[in-house]
Amino acid sequence: MQDVAIVGVGQSIFSRKCGVSIGELCFEAYTEAMEGLDITNSDIDASIICSAPEYDKQRSPAGLISEYLRLTPKPSFYVETVCSSSSTGLRVGWSLIKAGLHRVVAVIGFQKMSDLSSREAAERMSRGGDIIWESPFGITMPAGYAMYARAHMAKYGTTEEQLAKIRVKNSHYGAMNYKATYRKELSLDEILDSEVITSPLKKFDCCANADGASCIIIAGGDVAKRVTNLPIWIVGLGAATDTMTMSGRESLTGLRCAQEAGRQAYEMAGVGPGDIDVAEVHDCFTIAELMAYEDLGFAKPGKGTELVDSKETYVDGKKPVNVDGGLLSKGHPIGATGGSQIRTIVNQLRGQAGEIQVQGAEIGLVHNIGGVGQYGNVTILRR
Amino acid sequence: MSFENFGVVSFTTETKASDFVNYLEKGKVMATRCRRCGTNYFPPRMDCPKCVGSDVEWFEIKGNGRLVTYTVVNYGPTGFEEDAPYTLAIADFDGVRVFGRLSKSLKESDIEPGMGVKVLPAKLPGGRIGYEFQKV
Repeated sequence: MQDVAIVGVGQSIFSRKCGVSIGELCFEAYTEAMEGLDITNSDIDASIICSAPEYDKQRSPAGLISEYLRLTPKPSFYVETVCSSSSTGLRVGWSLIKAGLHRVVAVIGFQKMSDLSSREAAERMSRGGDIIWESPFGITMPAGYAMYARAHMAKYGTTEEQLAKIRVKNSHYGAMNYKATYRKELSLDEILDSEVITSPLKKFDCCANADGASCIIIAGGDVAKRVTNLPIWIVGLGAATDTMTMSGRESLTGLRCAQEAGRQAYEMAGVGPGDIDVAEVHDCFTIAELMAYEDLGFAKPGKGTELVDSKETYVDGKKPVNVDGGLLSKGHPIGATGGSQIRTIVNQLRGQAGEIQVQGAEIGLVHNIGGVGQYGNVTILRR
Repeated sequence: MSFENFGVVSFTTETKASDFVNYLEKGKVMATRCRRCGTNYFPPRMDCPKCVGSDVEWFEIKGNGRLVTYTVVNYGPTGFEEDAPYTLAIADFDGVRVFGRLSKSLKESDIEPGMGVKVLPAKLPGGRIGYEFQKV
C-alpha cells in the first residue's frame, strides 16, 4: 500500500458575507488548490464534499458542487462531523486512496452561513445539544465551552486574562492574513472589556460565523511525486468521539476526543508532541486553544497557561500554534475550517508561509474539533 | 403530562423515558439503572448499551451533590431570548452527573464550583416543568 500525500491546498477569502454562490465559493478554493499542479479536473477520481447540513439551503450540495467544478461523472459524496467535517473528509479520502479504489481525491469543505438570518442561525444553535434532555434548558455552543472554561479555572487557577492573551496572539497573526475575516489587532484590555456572552467567555473569546470554502487535493505516492515537487505526506491520522450530552463528560477540563485522537495520530506517525514544529488547533473559543495545548501534550494538564504567559506559541516560540490567526481571526465557516487549517500547515511545511513561516518546519499537526468536543480529528503531516 | 411540557422549549417529545416528567410532577428527579449490569444513566434511558438489554429501573437522585461547573448565559437561542440571563450547570451526585439549571434566585457571586447543591423539580411559566439545582 502506497503512502498518501497532499498535493494541493486552497481556501477562499473567509468573510461575514461572501455575496457569491456556494459553487463559486468552492471554485475559489479549488482554483488555489490546483495552482501549479500537473493535473486537470479529469484526473480527480472522486470528490468528498464537507459541510454542516443544518446551514445548507441547497439540498445535497455534493451534486451541485461536483457539477460546478466539473468533477462529474466521477463519484461525489457528503461527509459531516459539524465543525470537523473537512478533516473527516481527509480521513475518508486517505482511506479511499490507501485501499486502491482511487488515485486522486479532492476534499472540499464549505459553509455559507450568511444564507441564514441571525434568527435562523440562533434556531439552529438551540438544537446543537441533545434535543430531548439538554436543549430544553437553552444550551448553546459557547455555553458548552464556557462550562469547560469555568471548570479549568476552578481546578487550575486559569484566569480570564490568560484566555484573553490567546486572542491577543491570534489577532496579531490574523492582521497579517489577507484571507481572514478579522484583521484588526486587539489589545488585552479591549478583549477583557468586551461584553460577557456566557460567563466567563466574552465577545472576543469567541470566533464568529463566516462564509468560506477550502480544498485539499490528495494523491497516492507515485502520482503525488509526478504532479508536484512539494508533496506533503499524511503520516498520522487520529479520530475519536465523546458524548453528545454534557452530563456524559467524564472530564470538563479537557476534551477526551482530542486526547484520544492525538494519541492515535502520534502512534501512527511514530512521533511525539515534542516533535511537532508547528500546529493549527481548533480555537473556536480561547479556552479551546488552551485545552488543545494540554490535550495534545504540548503542556501537562493545567500547565497550558505557561505556554501562554511565556509566548511560546508565537512564531518564534518553542511551539508555534495558530500563527495564521486561528478560527478566532479567520472566522469559522464550519465545513471549511479543517481544510483551512490543513492548508496553513501544508504551506508551512512547504516553506511557503511568508511572514508567518516557522523556520525549518518539517512536522506539523492539525487539531480539528466538531461540536463541543463531540468529534475530534488530529492529523500529522510531514515534509 | 409528557415531554411536550418539559423545559423552556421542547424540540421533540417521544421517548421511552417519558415517565421522567411524571416523576417530576410527583416531586422527584429520577435516573435509571440497568438491572443486569448495574450501570446508572442520566439522562435516564430505558436501554442499556453496555449489556445490550432493556431491563432497567428508575431511582431517585436524592441528597446533596457537588457543583462541577456553570455558566451564566446572557444571550439565549431562539425561544430563550426573554429567558436570558440564565445559569446552566453540571452537578455530580455520587458519580451520576446531571446537566440542568441553577436556580435564578442565585447571584453569580454566590456560585462556586465545588459547592453543595440539591436537584429539585421546578415549575416553569406557561404550565411547563423542569428541574433546577439549589444551593445547600
